Amino acid sequence: MGNDALHTAEATGTDAVDFAAIQETPRFQKLRSRHRRFVFPVLIACLAWYLAYVLLAAYAPALMATPVFGSVNVGLLLGLAQIVTTFAVTTWYVTFANRELDPIASEIRDEAEAAIAASAAAPRHAASAPTAEESL
Amino acid sequence: MNLHLMNLHLETGSHPGDPVINILIFAAFVAITMIIVFRASRNNKTAADYYAAGRSFTGGQNGAAIAGDYLSAASFLGIVGAIAMTGYDGFLYSIGFLVAWLVALLLVAELLRNTGKFTMADVLSFRLKQRPVRIAAAITTLVVCFFYLLAQMAGAGGLVSLLLGIDDAVGQSIVITVVGALMIVYVLVGGMKGTTWVQIIKAFLLIAGAAVMTIWVLALNGFNLSTLLDSAVATAGNPAILEPGLKYGVSDIAKVDFMSLGLALVLGTAALPHVLMRFYTVPTAKEARKSVVWAIWLIGIFYLFTLVLGYGAAALIGADVIAAAPGGANSAAPLLAFELGGPLLLGLISAIAFATILAVVAGLTITAAASFAHDIYASVVKKGNPAPGSEMKVARRTVVIIGVVAIVGGIGANGQNIAFLVALAFAVAASANLPTIVYSLFWKRFTTQGALWSMYGGLISAIVLIALSPVVSGSESAMIKGADFAVFPLANPGIVSIPLAFLLGWLGTVLDKKTEDPAKQSEMEVRSLTGIGAEKASSH
Repeated sequence: MGNDALHTAEATGTDAVDFAAIQETPRFQKLRSRHRRFVFPVLIACLAWYLAYVLLAAYAPALMATPVFGSVNVGLLLGLAQIVTTFAVTTWYVTFANRELDPIASEIRDEAEAAIAASAAAPRHAASAPTAEESL
Repeated sequence: MNLHLMNLHLETGSHPGDPVINILIFAAFVAITMIIVFRASRNNKTAADYYAAGRSFTGGQNGAAIAGDYLSAASFLGIVGAIAMTGYDGFLYSIGFLVAWLVALLLVAELLRNTGKFTMADVLSFRLKQRPVRIAAAITTLVVCFFYLLAQMAGAGGLVSLLLGIDDAVGQSIVITVVGALMIVYVLVGGMKGTTWVQIIKAFLLIAGAAVMTIWVLALNGFNLSTLLDSAVATAGNPAILEPGLKYGVSDIAKVDFMSLGLALVLGTAALPHVLMRFYTVPTAKEARKSVVWAIWLIGIFYLFTLVLGYGAAALIGADVIAAAPGGANSAAPLLAFELGGPLLLGLISAIAFATILAVVAGLTITAAASFAHDIYASVVKKGNPAPGSEMKVARRTVVIIGVVAIVGGIGANGQNIAFLVALAFAVAASANLPTIVYSLFWKRFTTQGALWSMYGGLISAIVLIALSPVVSGSESAMIKGADFAVFPLANPGIVSIPLAFLLGWLGTVLDKKTEDPAKQSEMEVRSLTGIGAEKASSH
């Protein structure tokens, strides 16, 4: 594969896949809702936490200047906490995706790719598949 | 060298370090990377090789390249300088650049890798009308790349005045031309593969260099952060450098302006076309995920280093000396290197700063060229049927044109505010691109009209607000002196233009009488989450 061809469907044979049918399956619905139920709340929480930090810096500088140990103050610790939570959420998401998303996604993908392989093995069917797929 | 002598040194207008050492070290970097780029380019046969490096990089390699692409000279020199000069507010500024990566990790990276091919427009136009959406996405890509390129090229000009002792405009223009010419060669010969290797090497050098300096600064302070902060306060004679407010808290307008900047940083990163394009260089969505994880760790650790380096420069050099040095705040990191390790460390850090500019500029150029050749030439002009090989020919010619534009623009922008140009690129990306990326991935009903209203509305509002801001007119530091048409009080348009673009995307969709093909929506949703039919790595 490769070259300048823009015909993804031709190159990857996805014409043999009924995406609408897959979309309706409970398994795909489960994958989609698991993904969305994780990414939306977690992202909104992280953005709210960042916004809170910025608002504190702008409107509560006295609080931010309170020393905690030595000259290290609340503001510095909150900033470092932003870095720590970013690392933590990253690790959390990867663990979640590896355990909860990837197995379902690869099951669906493997079945669809088996269907592509089967249709490629039957040349008459492949030849009749529409090739004028719009470029992607 | 003691501080007093250094002070004298700078006041007499000469430069710390030895320009010959600086140039030799930089020449060595260029020679080594050129060899690697030439070797990497031998397998550049197809468009997937040229634009997406054959999708053959691992998550770790791509993560390092993303860090190399993202940590521009504005990040390294700018943030160290900002902390050295304005203390806490510089650190506050750096946090937004990191938190932003959660948007890329959670919403964009994997889904984009699964649905697209070479460019951002591949994803945005997947289930909408090809021509108008592709043209709009290509325009926003080119605009973002242009502003970002200008910032980097202007940065190169400023850097040489400091590092090579070239003060006159002609000398600086020659250096900008050399940087531009080198970049053209890298991208022309090496394509995405060569660009990626330059970025990986640069990320390694930058992070290693910053690590060495960080450990050095901490060692001088007994590995105690509090001691370092104390000595920074002692040099500055002002305890306020440990508190927010010196830069972003000086007025009510400044506070809102920083909110606006923070919003653009956090929402713009995941919509920067040159960052998005990097996700196509790995074989699978899982590797795209790994790349972001690597990038987040590298970038996060780097900003921890800049915190130490910034306060280290404030303690060891002092804000007054930095402000008086050629290059101003941008000279904090190089001056600190000189203070710690003499001319040799300064030469290394200077070469790394140049390498930084080169790597970022190369990434921007290949992104802009891919967008023009793939989205406008192949998909729109040739309606998806370009003659074999012609798309890459167009891409290579575009690289040369963009290189020339970058050189001319960089010479013109020399002396402009670099941080402002970078912030503008993020604001345009967040306004023009992000709403459409999010809507098309997650909102079934989204239509072509919504995408066009959002992209053009976001792009135009961000640029018009900037034109009407105090950055362009009506203030002492304005681009156009003497004129005053600054009716918009903020320097950062994001707080208005980003919500407006989201609103326009929604409005354009609900008012659209037409609906999009539901089969395309099914295909995009299933493919984005499962990776069915995703572009595979090419095998050589």
